[in-house]
Amino acid sequence: MSNILGTITKIEEITKKAHKVGAKVLIDAAQSAAHQRIDVQKLDCDFLAFSAHKIFGPTGVGILYGKQALLQEMPPFLFGGDMINHVHQYDFEPAELPNKFEAGTPNIAGVIGFSFALDFLEKLDYKAIQDHEKKLLKYAISKFSKYQEVKLLTPPPAQSGPVLSFTIKGIHPHDIAEVFNSENVCIRAGHHCGQPLMEHLKLPATARMSFSIYNTIEDIDIAEKALQKTLKLFK
Amino acid sequence: MDIYSEIILDYFKNPKNKGPLKGATHKAEEFNPLCGDKIKIYLKVNQSGKIEKAHFDGEGCAISQASASMLTEVLEGKTLAQAQKIKNEAIYGLLGIPISPARVKCALLGLVTAKKAANIPPKSK
Repeated sequence: MSNILGTITKIEEITKKAHKVGAKVLIDAAQSAAHQRIDVQKLDCDFLAFSAHKIFGPTGVGILYGKQALLQEMPPFLFGGDMINHVHQYDFEPAELPNKFEAGTPNIAGVIGFSFALDFLEKLDYKAIQDHEKKLLKYAISKFSKYQEVKLLTPPPAQSGPVLSFTIKGIHPHDIAEVFNSENVCIRAGHHCGQPLMEHLKLPATARMSFSIYNTIEDIDIAEKALQKTLKLFK
Repeated sequence: MDIYSEIILDYFKNPKNKGPLKGATHKAEEFNPLCGDKIKIYLKVNQSGKIEKAHFDGEGCAISQASASMLTEVLEGKTLAQAQKIKNEAIYGLLGIPISPARVKCALLGLVTAKKAANIPPKSK
């Protein structure tokens, strides 16, 4: 799922094509982890990563999944406590997986917090999450598309996660976000760490709303008021 | 307090000294990669080393564009050495609003560019 446009990528197709030519596939699932169930066996990806704070957990901790055979081939990238089996004068044997990659004192509190966030998410019904978020996205599109100054940069809801990127003619996204902020509506503005896509779209930045399980229809009504304020202020 | 005061919006919508400056002796360009703000500063310095005229050009957020426009007015009449000594606080003062850490770069982009321009020796013909 694109963190900029919301586009849901057909990972299985990509994985098949990549494997045909001997390439490995690493999926950045930070954007999708809170919105759809992840099945690494079904995706057949080689690696997958996401951070805890994207699924309502603590910051500074995350998940890296890798196929066991690949992880076994890989050398340790960091040296320290707990990642060795034996150390000799001139060489060493690394510990078994996953310790080989977990040198030093871990972020213990973060990992425990993360496990509770995962338990919380696992108890939810993903179908219900998606229905709720789709409802919010469709409602937001219906509201924001009324304004001709506003350009929506999102694929149709059927191909998109709960993300609505937009621009307003003559108003920089940072200014949009600042006015939304003054109305207590927290949105993201910038290039979203995706400068090549911004180049492709010929845009310096976009403003982006993203919805989650805790958002409501009323939130979008408040966002629309913020939009009206923005348009009025910069008219 | 609202960040978009009347004065900032006024400078953003009706910028003063915007556009390339004919006969400029010094110019420089800077970007803010985080936002995509772009600022060019043009200076026309006379024989006695004083900035006779200053212009800016660019695109970006209201804060970056308004502060660059305000700065061009401040630069006029100053020597290059005096321009180098303009403090960041002076820009915050011109804007007259509290600048959050996220917007500091936007606010100071004009000044950074002007100092860069003032540092470049004029082109010899």
